[in-house]
Amino acid sequence: MKLWHKYIGLILPVLAVAALVAWPFVTGKPANRESAFTILKAVALASSLNILLGYTGYVSFGHIVFYGFGGYIGIYLLTAQEWSLWNAMLAGGLTSGILAFLLGKAILRLRGAYFALATIGVNEAMKAFINNFDLFGGPTGITLNFSVYKAYGGAAQALQTSFYIGAGLALLAVLLSHIVRTSKFGLGLLAIRENEDAAEVMGVVAPNAKTWAYVLSAIIPGMIGVLFFFKNGNVEPHDAFPLHASIELLVMVMLGGQGTVLGPILGAFAYQGMRGYLVTSAFFKNIQLSVSGALLLAIVLFIPAGAIGWLRHRVPMIRRALA
Amino acid sequence: MTILLSLQGVSKRFGGLQALSNVTFDLPEGQILGLIGPNGAGKTTLFNAINGVYPPEEGRVIFRDKDVTRSKPYDHARMGMARTHQIVQPLNELTVRENVMVGACFGHENQHLGNAARIADEVLEFVGLASRVDQLAGSLNVAQKKRLEMARALAAHPYLLLLDEVLAGLNSSEIDGMIQTVLKIREQGVTIIMIEHVMKAVMNVSDRIIVLDYGQQIAEGSPEEIAKDEKVIEAYLGDPKLAEQLLEEE
Amino acid sequence: MQQFSLLLTSLPDGILLGFVYGLAAMGLTLIWGVMNVINLSHGPIIALGMFGTFFLFMRAGVNPYVGLIPIAVVGVLLGVLIYVIAVHRVINAPHLSSLLATFSVNMIIIGLGTAALTTSPYNVDFSAGSFKIGPVTLLGTRLIAALVTMLFTGGLYLFLYRTRPGKFIRAVANNRAAAELMGVPSTRILALSFGLGTMLAMVSGALIATFFPFSILAGGSYELKSFVIGVLGGLGNPIGALFGGLILGVIEGIIPAFLETSWVPVIEFALFVLILLVRPSGLFGAKK
Repeated sequence: MKLWHKYIGLILPVLAVAALVAWPFVTGKPANRESAFTILKAVALASSLNILLGYTGYVSFGHIVFYGFGGYIGIYLLTAQEWSLWNAMLAGGLTSGILAFLLGKAILRLRGAYFALATIGVNEAMKAFINNFDLFGGPTGITLNFSVYKAYGGAAQALQTSFYIGAGLALLAVLLSHIVRTSKFGLGLLAIRENEDAAEVMGVVAPNAKTWAYVLSAIIPGMIGVLFFFKNGNVEPHDAFPLHASIELLVMVMLGGQGTVLGPILGAFAYQGMRGYLVTSAFFKNIQLSVSGALLLAIVLFIPAGAIGWLRHRVPMIRRALA
Repeated sequence: MTILLSLQGVSKRFGGLQALSNVTFDLPEGQILGLIGPNGAGKTTLFNAINGVYPPEEGRVIFRDKDVTRSKPYDHARMGMARTHQIVQPLNELTVRENVMVGACFGHENQHLGNAARIADEVLEFVGLASRVDQLAGSLNVAQKKRLEMARALAAHPYLLLLDEVLAGLNSSEIDGMIQTVLKIREQGVTIIMIEHVMKAVMNVSDRIIVLDYGQQIAEGSPEEIAKDEKVIEAYLGDPKLAEQLLEEE
Repeated sequence: MQQFSLLLTSLPDGILLGFVYGLAAMGLTLIWGVMNVINLSHGPIIALGMFGTFFLFMRAGVNPYVGLIPIAVVGVLLGVLIYVIAVHRVINAPHLSSLLATFSVNMIIIGLGTAALTTSPYNVDFSAGSFKIGPVTLLGTRLIAALVTMLFTGGLYLFLYRTRPGKFIRAVANNRAAAELMGVPSTRILALSFGLGTMLAMVSGALIATFFPFSILAGGSYELKSFVIGVLGGLGNPIGALFGGLILGVIEGIIPAFLETSWVPVIEFALFVLILLVRPSGLFGAKK
C-alpha cells in the first residue's frame, strides 16, 4: 500500500479539528471558544465510542460511565491529593481503561440488546454508588477550590489551557480511531462486527479483541471527564453520569456514519451545531428536544448508514478518502 | 505417514438427539477424506466438534499431536485448521479482499496487514475472484460467496482444511472448476476433509471416505469399497436418488 | 426492634408498589418479547399516563380508577401510532436502529411535554383512605393499584391465551416468519402488541400518579426499574414481569430497614447487571 493511501483518511478529520481550534481566534469572540470546546469534547467522546460501536459493533448505551468515573477519580486526586492536572488526567484515563477492562471481561459476553442493557445498568449502578460514596462527596460531589487554578495562571488562563488540552485530546481520539481503523487489530474488530462466530472460526480471538476495543474506547473519555470537571469547577453524580449524554453520543456516531474515522466528527459537528441553533432560536427554543427527536427519527428511518455511509453509497470514488 | 488429525470416540448430544456417537478415525497428512451421509447424519456437527464450535461431550480431538477437544474455534484456527461453512458467512460490509485478509491475518501464520493483502490477492486469483477484490462481500452471488469462503480458509495457509458442501448449488461447469481447485490445494500439501452430496465429486477426489448415518460411523474405506458396502446402500435407500448416484459409480 | 417496626411499614408498602412496577415492566417486556425492540420511549409514556390521571381527575373530576379506561384506550392508540411511525421501518434493522428510533420518540414526548407542562412537579390530590391490619397500615390507593394490576395481568393472560389476536401475538413472538406463512397478519399484530405494551405503561403511570408527585421527566426512573424487572422476570415474559416487580418491591421494602434508602438503586442495578451475566433468561425464563 502506498504511503499516502494510508494517511489520506486522516486529512479531513485533522482539518476539521484544526478548524475548530482556529475558529475562536479567527472570529475573536471568546464565546465561540466555549462552543468550540463543546464540539471538541463531543468529537473526542464520539470518536472513542466509535471504536466500540462502529468498528466492533457493540452498542454501549452507558459509555458516559467512563467519562464520569475517570472524571471523579481525577478531580478527587486534584483536590484531596493535590495532583497536577496532567497527572490527574492520566490517572482518570488509566482508571477508566482499567474499569473497562474489568467490565469488558464480564459484560462483553452479552450480545445485542443484552449488552446495551448491561451498559445502562453499569452506568446507573455507578451513579447510584458514587451518590453514596462519601470519599467523593456523595450527592453533592466535589468542588474545586478556586486556588487550584493559581497553578495554571489564574482561572482565565486555566480556561484557555483547558481549551488547548481539549483540542489535543480530540486530536488524540481521532488519531487513535484512525490507527485502530487501519490496523490489523481493527480488521479483527470489523470482522467481529460483521459476524462474530465466523471471525472466531478464522482465528480472531474475539473475547480479547473486544475487551481491548472497550479499553481503548474508555481511556480518552476518562481524560476528557477530568478536564471538563476541572474546567467546570465541580463534579456531581448527575453531571458525571447522564444517560442522556450517552445516547447523544450514539446519535452523533450514527448521524455521521458509524465505523468511519470522519463520521463521528461530522456527527459531533452536526449534532452540537443543530442543538446550538435550536436552543438559541426563538422559535424552536421551547421544543428543541422534540425537533432534535424528530430529526433523529428521520435519520434513523431514512439514512441509517449516516452521512458518510450515504455519501459512499452515492459516490463510490471517494470511498477511500472517507474511510 | 504422520497423523494430522485423530478423533477418538467423539460423541455429541443435542437434548435428546444423539448427533454423534463414538466417531473415531485417524487422518494422515496430505489425504483427502470424504465425509458423506444422508441429511441430518451429523456431518456438519462433526465439523463443529472438530474445530471447537460445539465441543463434544465425550471423546478427544487430537490435532498435530495436541488435544484440542476443549479449545475455542480461534485456537484451532491459530493452530492451522481452517473451514468453510455450509451456509456462507461473508463479512458483508467488508470488501472481498478484506474478508480474505482476515483469514491470513488471524490464521496460524499470523501475517501482518501488508503480507495479508498480498496473500489475499494471490488466493483470490487462485479461486477466480481476482476481478472482485474491491467489491463488498455482501454483493457477491452465492457461487462467488462459496469461493470467498474457500479463499478465506486458504489464505490462512492451513494444515487442515474442512470443506462443508462447497459444491452445493453450483452448476456442473462450476463444480468441475471447484474440483480442480480442491485437487490443486491438495497438491500444495494441505490435508482436506470434505462434506459433499455430489457423489461423483467425492468419489473422484477422495482418498478415503467415511459414511455417517444418525451420528454413527457406518462405513469407512476407499471410494471403491464404499460404493460396494451393503450398509451404505441401505442407509441411502431412504434417499433413492443418492443411492442411484452411488451405485452408478461402481 | 426498631428495624422490625420499620420493616412492618416499609415492606407492605414495597410489595404493593412492586405490583405497579410489575405492570409497567409488563408493557416493556411484552414489546421486547414480540418484536425484540427495547422501547426507550417507555418512561415518557408512563409519565403521560400520570398526566392522564392528573387532567381527568384534577380538571374533569373523573375518579382515577374510572379514568383508567380512557387512558388505556388512548394508550393502545398511541402505541399503534408510535409503532407505525417510528418502529415499523426498523423492525428488522440492527438493534441500534430500533433503540434510537424509540429514543427519538422519547425526546419528542419529553420536548413537547416540557414545553406544555414544564418540568415542575404535579400532584394528584386523591386519597382512598387507609386500612389497618394489626400493626400494619396500608394506603387505599396502593391497595387498589395492586388489585388493578392483578386485574390487568389476568386480563392480559386471558387475552394472550384465549383470544384469536392474543394467540396471533404469541405466534408472532415465537416465530414471526412462520406465523406469516400461516397467514397471521404480522404487521397488524406487531402494531397491536406495541399498543398493548404502551397501554400497560400508561395505566401503570396513571396508578403511580395517585401515590407520588410527578413531572414529565418522572417516567425515567420507572423505565429503568422496568429494565431491571424485565431482566429479573425474563425479558419477553409478561407474567414473569409481575414476579420481577414483586421482587423489586420486596427489595425496596427491606433495604430501608438496614441501609440508607439511597443504596436501593445501587443494589437494584448491581443485581440487574449480575442477572444479565449469570442468567440472561431471567429468574423465570425468557422467550428464547
